[in-house]
Formats: sequence, C-alpha cells, structure tokens
Amino acid sequence: MLDFTLWDILSNLLLAARWTVLLSLIAFVSGGIAGLLLLVARVSPVPPLRVAARLFIEVFQGTPLLMQLFIVFFALPLIGIETSAWTSAAVGLTLFTAAYLAEIWRGCVEAVPKGQWEASASLAMTFPEQMRHVILPQALRIAVPPTVGFSVQVVKGTAVTSIIGFVEVTKAGTMITNATFQPFLVYGLVGLIYFALCYPLSLSAKALERKLNVAR
Amino acid sequence: MSPVNTSAAGRIATGRPLVKLSGIRKSFGPVEVLKGVDMAVEEGQVVAMIGRSGSGKSTLLRSINGLERIDGGVIEVDGECVDPGQIDLRALRQKVGMVFQQFNLFPHLSAGENVMLALKVVKKQDKAATRAAAEAALAKVGLGHKFDAYPSQLSGGQQQRVAIARSLAMAPKVLLCDEITSALDPELVAEVLGVVRRLAEEGMTLILVTHEMRFAREVCDRLVFMHGGRIAEQGPPAELFDRPATPELAQFIGMVEAR
Repeated sequence: MLDFTLWDILSNLLLAARWTVLLSLIAFVSGGIAGLLLLVARVSPVPPLRVAARLFIEVFQGTPLLMQLFIVFFALPLIGIETSAWTSAAVGLTLFTAAYLAEIWRGCVEAVPKGQWEASASLAMTFPEQMRHVILPQALRIAVPPTVGFSVQVVKGTAVTSIIGFVEVTKAGTMITNATFQPFLVYGLVGLIYFALCYPLSLSAKALERKLNVAR
Repeated sequence: MSPVNTSAAGRIATGRPLVKLSGIRKSFGPVEVLKGVDMAVEEGQVVAMIGRSGSGKSTLLRSINGLERIDGGVIEVDGECVDPGQIDLRALRQKVGMVFQQFNLFPHLSAGENVMLALKVVKKQDKAATRAAAEAALAKVGLGHKFDAYPSQLSGGQQQRVAIARSLAMAPKVLLCDEITSALDPELVAEVLGVVRRLAEEGMTLILVTHEMRFAREVCDRLVFMHGGRIAEQGPPAELFDRPATPELAQFIGMVEAR
C-alpha cells in the first residue's frame, strides 16, 4: 500500500483550492454584475420588471443551492444545452449570488432617504440618472460591509458544487480520503483551508463596517 | 397694523397665468386631501400657502411638480400640461424648481457638484458652462466661496441656500418652497428668507408653503389659506390678516399670533 505524507495530502488539497478560489471569484463577480441588473429591475418604476426580479429572487432564496445546481446540471442537458461540471457550477453559483446580492443591495438602496429621490426627481432627472448619480453612490457606502460579508457565503457555497462532480477542495478531499483512509486528517485540512479563505473576508467586513460607521 | 408689502408693490406681475391648477384632486387611501382645488399664479407673483397641518397645502405644492401624483384635474405650467395619466414629467420638472424642508442636498457631492449635477445630466451642458452657471448660482445665494464644501461642512442655513442655488441653476419658471425654514435653527432662518426675499424682488415666481407669517405678510402678493383640502380664502396678505372672512382663518391667525 502506498504511503501518503502530510505534504502529499496538503499539496493536493491546495492545488484543488485554486479551483475553489477561482469559482468563488467567478461567481462573485458575475453574480455581482447580474445582481446589479436585478437590483435595478427590483427597484425600477416599471411594475413588470419589479415583479420579474422579485420572482427570481424569491425562487433562488426559497430553494436550496443544491437543488439549483442539480437543475442547472441535470435539467439543462434535457432541453439540449450540454453543460460541464465547470459551467454548471459557475452558472448555478452566479444565479444564487445574484439573487442574494440583489436583495442585500435593495436594503441599502432603501436606506437612502426618500428626500434624495424627491430632490433628484425635482431636478428633472430620470430613474436611471437618479440611480447612477444620486442613489447608488450613497447606497454603495452602506453596501460594502454586507457585500464582503456575503462573499464568505459564496466561498462556502462552492463546497456544494462537489456534488455535481466539480473538483474543488471538498471534492478533492473526498477523493484523497478514498485513497488514504484518513478522513479526519483530510477533512480537517479542508476545513482549515476554508477557514483561511473565509476568516480574512469576515475580518475585513467587520473592519469596513467600523470604518464606515465612524465616517458617518 | 402690518408694514405695507413694499417689495410686492414694487414688482410687476405680467398678468399672464404661469401656473394654472384646475380641479386638483388627491386621496391618500380613503382620505381625500385635495378636494378639487383651482388656483392660478401669474408670472412674477409671490404666493404663500398657509393653513393647519393636514389642510393639504404641502400636498398641493408637491403636486405642482408631480411629486404627488394627482387623481384628478389638470396642472399647467408655462404651457406644459400634466393630468393624472401623465408618466413623463421631465418637461414639467424643468420648468418647476423645488426646495425642501430637509434641504435634501446630495451628501456625497460638494456644494458646487450639487448644483452642477442636473445641469450636466439633464440639460447636457458642457463642463465650462456648467461650472460657470453653478458658480453664478452659488454667488447669488452668497456662497460663492463654498463651491468645494460638502453639505456636512455647511450650516443648515448654508445647506438650504445651496439647495436654492441648485434649483435656480436649472432656470425654472417657478420655484416651489416647502416649509424651507422649518428645519432651521432660529438664528439661521433670516439668511434663507433673505435669499427668498431677493428672488421675489428680482421677479421670480414663487409659491411657498410657510409658517413664517411675518415674512408672508411682507413679501407675498397673495396669501392662500387652505382648510380641509380646499382653498378657504385668498387675497392680499394685509386684507386676509386684518379682515379674515372665515372663522377658520380667524382662528388660524389667532393661533399663530399667540405663539
């Protein structure tokens, strides 16, 4: 039987962790862009847009991420769209992230006083102009801490993609456990890697919150 | 006796109705706050709306630039008609400026940027013209030196003057003032009223909702007393104050003067 050193295990996990980080980044960036569009639709003065955005958000907040990944991975091929584990994971997490960020940001937009809407409307600005120049710049300040905080959820969410065969750090952990029969050690290391990724994010979210509170 | 409203007498009203409200109705849920209000304001006129809270004066003022969507009637400002079905209020709002009780300056922009924003975004003026217009508007309210100050660095009175400059820079036909001194400390009220008084003297058409009765008396051409969602009485300030025709107005004057 082969012997695995601790470094063998750790190095393989760290290699797989690259994909966790990359998937998190993709989900966060594309989810952020989609979330911004969703947010604008959600607070727009056009009722059908508002309803559609709200429906999307409710569906993705009201179902488990695991289900969403299953649907993207297994259901899309049924209607003729071939997907790899990679694209399924990226698409699934992006939609999930978009829904949550849109809802977080909606709270921030609503925290901007009504007078700001009224003053900008009185200056004959249209909804997109109000959003772009008056509302979003102010909402952004409030939005930074909870957004960074939510990025922790995205990183942890990538673990679920192991179930559709995407090899990130959790999946790698399972594979290595199957070879080494040392689940406690391997998953312990996996846990530490997640912690090392997430804890700095949590810390910076807290620091930003303090900083922005003082600035106000 | 009141001082004669000299500034009003010195101004020339052209006799052309600039703002015309006909049959304005508005309900909030089951409560009808405006019950068919008719009102006309001529170019160069200064009109103060007074009345108890809940009488509909603020709602009426806010309906003139479409901040409150009316349920019935027609608003006409300088030939621009708006009825309840109207969605696009951009044309109307370019003719109507508004100043609020809470100033509502954009806190992330400096005083100058506050004034320039709509010139740039709405009027699409180029950088130099925008800058010049903003400097002129701020100078007009006595704050030319505060171009780069942020709202949080200004006193309430200064913030409100920036808000006035921001509206004026858009060159509106009429300026609406919604209790613009009510949020100010007493010692800051005068500087804001001074600016409004100067605008009135220069012939700006003004519609004010105010609790400053002395100011209304001195500066306004006409007083509109609202009660229960209707205009109960209107006329020259001296006349209304000295010979109120309705018991409601008599009571209202008694209340404010007792303060």
